[in-house]
Amino acid sequence: MSDKVEDIELRLLLQAIFERYHYDFRGYSMASIKRRLSQAKSRFQCDTFSQLQGRVLHEADVLASLLSYLTVQVSELFRDPHYFRVLREEVFPHLRTYPSLKIWVAGCGDGEEVYSLSIMLREEGLDDRTMIYGTDVNPQALRKAEAGVYDLDRLPLFTKNHQLAGGKGSLSDYYTAAYGAAVFDKSLRKNVVFSDHSLVSDAVFAEVHLVSCRNVLIYFDRELQNRAIGVMLDSLIRRGFLGLGSKETLRFTQHVAAFDEFSREARVYQKRSDP
Amino acid sequence: MTITPREAIAIGASSGAVEAVSAILTRLPEDYPLPIFVVVHVPPDRPSALVDVFQAKSPLNIREAEDKEPIEPSCVYLAPPDYHLMIETEKLISLSSEEPVHYSRPAIDVLFETAADAYGAGLIGIVLTGSNDDGSAGLRCISQLGGATIVQCPNEAASPFMPNSAKAACPEARTMNLEEIAEYLLNQGRTYD
Ligand SMILES: C[S@@+](CC[C@H](N)C(=O)[O-])C[C@H]1O[C@@H](n2cnc3c(N)ncnc32)[C@H](O)[C@@H]1O
Repeated sequence: MSDKVEDIELRLLLQAIFERYHYDFRGYSMASIKRRLSQAKSRFQCDTFSQLQGRVLHEADVLASLLSYLTVQVSELFRDPHYFRVLREEVFPHLRTYPSLKIWVAGCGDGEEVYSLSIMLREEGLDDRTMIYGTDVNPQALRKAEAGVYDLDRLPLFTKNHQLAGGKGSLSDYYTAAYGAAVFDKSLRKNVVFSDHSLVSDAVFAEVHLVSCRNVLIYFDRELQNRAIGVMLDSLIRRGFLGLGSKETLRFTQHVAAFDEFSREARVYQKRSDP
Repeated sequence: MTITPREAIAIGASSGAVEAVSAILTRLPEDYPLPIFVVVHVPPDRPSALVDVFQAKSPLNIREAEDKEPIEPSCVYLAPPDYHLMIETEKLISLSSEEPVHYSRPAIDVLFETAADAYGAGLIGIVLTGSNDDGSAGLRCISQLGGATIVQCPNEAASPFMPNSAKAACPEARTMNLEEIAEYLLNQGRTYD
């Protein structure tokens, strides 16, 4: 552990946030956390992390804005279209053999990934039998996900992604445009539950056929990755699927042997049968 | 006088990057002891061909960096499209999709700042050709933490803006042409043995 004063302060700040608010960022990738908290430090006109610690301990609304620095919300509908194409063309045929399905989107952010899956399930005629759980630690993101409203200027990209992901029909069938925003059809949320769940501290809550956890693990250190993947592994049914972000891998985790590589390129894994 | 052993090299380049980075890598031997991190501004929405391009010209082990990958000698780690490349103090790689910096993801400043934090005086930072000012703040940061800093000679650079801007932000940086940079790196690699 680094003994630079700044790094000691950073660890103390994270410890303070944990003890006071029960948000646990202590096992996150520090390079990224440090960068983003340095930005927060300037935004709150603090000279040191210790000063920021004082503010966050005494002012609850500082925590709310710090959360948007501590978590990264970048996403798109059908982000990395190839991933969704592989789900549609290679994973769904397996899922289709089950009479009812559960999908868990872990770290769903503002909901883009959930709506992408929901649209794809509809297109493939699997929506009626499927339940999707979208979970995240950021309450503001969960509210946005629940609303399903995105800036209209992001729609050209979303539309292109949808097509590249093998979309049938037009994305505009699923939203109405109003006042610079695209409001996604609430029927897409019919079988969706958004809820607060932390991969750091919470346990298995359902048995699922597919876990999609994209661009969340990169913000965790190795130990935390092991913990989070352990929870996903335990949630999956026998031969269930796990999809990761396009630059994430199980290779450096302790669970690598518990999965088969289903699509190397798309980072889709399949849980091994019990020995 | 104590000589700090160098532990790692971080290179940033933008327009004209392929030729410039190749010119350096091609001069380093297979068993070159230091790891090398490279950020080239690449478009976010398609796979990058840089690994193959550089591998064709270099005996080093060239790869696109993976999240939480341990850092090894004689390896060149390229930032993947649409991700920032970061170095953790425990000498691991992290990727991140946080906001673009200078309109770019990957950004040179992000690599330089995190690598400086991880390696301190053990780092060599190099800014090559490019037409924006990414890398300037990062190079200054490397210098402040005791690392060695180099900018490509602007006269030689395909696009002089980036080295000029880095030199302005970090006046103590040495100016060298590509051949001199490779020579310098070879020497640094030797003192490390
Ligand atoms: C970059 S977003 C990924 C969004 C989407 N999955 C994608 O790939 O486009 C990362 C999300 O992980 C969430 N997150 C961070 N820590 C978490 C934790 N401990 N448990 C669950 N989600 C977490 C963040 O709040 C954020 O919404």
